[in-house]
Amino acid sequence: MEEKVKNITTDEQQEYVINMGPQHPSTHGVLRLVVSLKGEIVKSVQPHIGYIHRGIEKMCESITYPQIIHLTDRMDYLSAHINNEAVCLTVEKALEVEIPDRIKVIRTIMSELTRIQSHQLWWASFGMDLGGLTCFFYGLRDREKILDIFEETCGSRMIVSYNCPGGLMYDIHPNFQKRVKEFIKYFRKILPEYDQLLSGNVIFHERSKGIGKLTLEDAVSYGITGPSGRASGFSCDVRKHEPYSAYDKIKFKEILFTEGDTYHRYIARIDEMWESMNIIEQLIDNIPEGPYAVKMKPVIKLPEGEYYQRVETARGELGVFIISDGNKSPYRVKFRSPNFVNLSVLNHIAKGFKIADLVAIGGSLDLVIPDIDR
Amino acid sequence: MDKIQLGEFIKSINPDLEIKEGKQYIEVSIPPSKLYILAKELREKEETQFDFLFCLSGVDYGQDLGVVYHLRSTKFDHVVVLKTRTTDRDHPQLDSVADIWKTADFHEREVFDLLGIKFTNHPDLRRLFLDSSWGFPLRKDYVDDINIVTK
Repeated sequence: MEEKVKNITTDEQQEYVINMGPQHPSTHGVLRLVVSLKGEIVKSVQPHIGYIHRGIEKMCESITYPQIIHLTDRMDYLSAHINNEAVCLTVEKALEVEIPDRIKVIRTIMSELTRIQSHQLWWASFGMDLGGLTCFFYGLRDREKILDIFEETCGSRMIVSYNCPGGLMYDIHPNFQKRVKEFIKYFRKILPEYDQLLSGNVIFHERSKGIGKLTLEDAVSYGITGPSGRASGFSCDVRKHEPYSAYDKIKFKEILFTEGDTYHRYIARIDEMWESMNIIEQLIDNIPEGPYAVKMKPVIKLPEGEYYQRVETARGELGVFIISDGNKSPYRVKFRSPNFVNLSVLNHIAKGFKIADLVAIGGSLDLVIPDIDR
Repeated sequence: MDKIQLGEFIKSINPDLEIKEGKQYIEVSIPPSKLYILAKELREKEETQFDFLFCLSGVDYGQDLGVVYHLRSTKFDHVVVLKTRTTDRDHPQLDSVADIWKTADFHEREVFDLLGIKFTNHPDLRRLFLDSSWGFPLRKDYVDDINIVTK
């Protein structure tokens, strides 16, 4: 017996298989990774998913379009507002409804606030994954300020459900503009602190530079979008390529790097927070007057056909594909979720690195598990 | 290339194809046997270069089972939609495109899991979300005895 144990632990030829998850702090949800190791080196990573598969696509087939919006919150709960917007845009496109500028501008501001708070939480937990516990407190402290703005306007903090087909559920709160401006002023001062704490840290550089490299060719082939794809040089920002809402009226730059390692996926997200603040500043003083919602029919029925809408969530490209047969509920809905696709590259980029690096690589892809399982 | 040019170009590759100009994208219906060859040509041809498969969805059309491929070229930014369907509901089989676009690996596993379409030459075709005792929930004739959902 003793000899056998000795063999397993000392024989370097043998592969050692361990389970990471489904309850593991660094997977941020119920994701199970079956990792094959040779010593400390990762040989393969097999993701096992489906622990919170709720069958959202199946549920959509039996409910109405306004109801679907509330399910999309529960996919990528950190980009809840952008997910709502995606479904609304699809429905509005199918019905050829003209949306007033006020709605477009408010939606864009809310989307960018959502993006900032999502990246803040990502930064907080990514720092914690790598052993910097302070990051978690800093990140959540600042995120709280955005959630308070959401609470005041939407009535809810995270699962906002603020959109409805044809516009918004309610008008913005009278304090909204003032509080957003206060937040931007505050966060412009605070964001360099993030850099001092983590971006310039030598230990962090050692753990992230050159780790988990993803080439441009592989990023395109695996379909890696969002900041993770743009860190590899894949120009995939839907806000630039297929502008929706008010993105065609504002100036912003797409963050692109060519290195494609963990460090640059990190920097891409930090830079995106700066860029989001620029977008909000361009719009916050110029919210046009007008109605906050267009009157829609009480029962929304899409004309027969197929509709596809892409939006840019905090993690990448979300696609909503609706096949309608003319009824009040869709015939088939497919959500092309960014996290599901981004997870598929994990095995490819984690191979050959140490198991501790797997945590860093997984963190830099910024996976949200309910969006993978749907 | 815009929608019309793209349609004409695909027509020149294979004149038998049924090409429809959709509201948004150009849509090509193709029998399962010719799918792989066309997909490879669209990926490799200098004029099209569809290198980004951004959505792959399985659909139950009632009589048929089908798969819809949304392809985009990162160089030219044009989009094409390929549609294929098979009438065999008991043993549906399609060719896998996982060696052309690596992202198809996970997408096809999802379609296999939820609709039961088998993809030949797939590197690792296992169920993804559910275990093997489940039926195929996205099929229209699927009956769930526990959570009865009626339209």
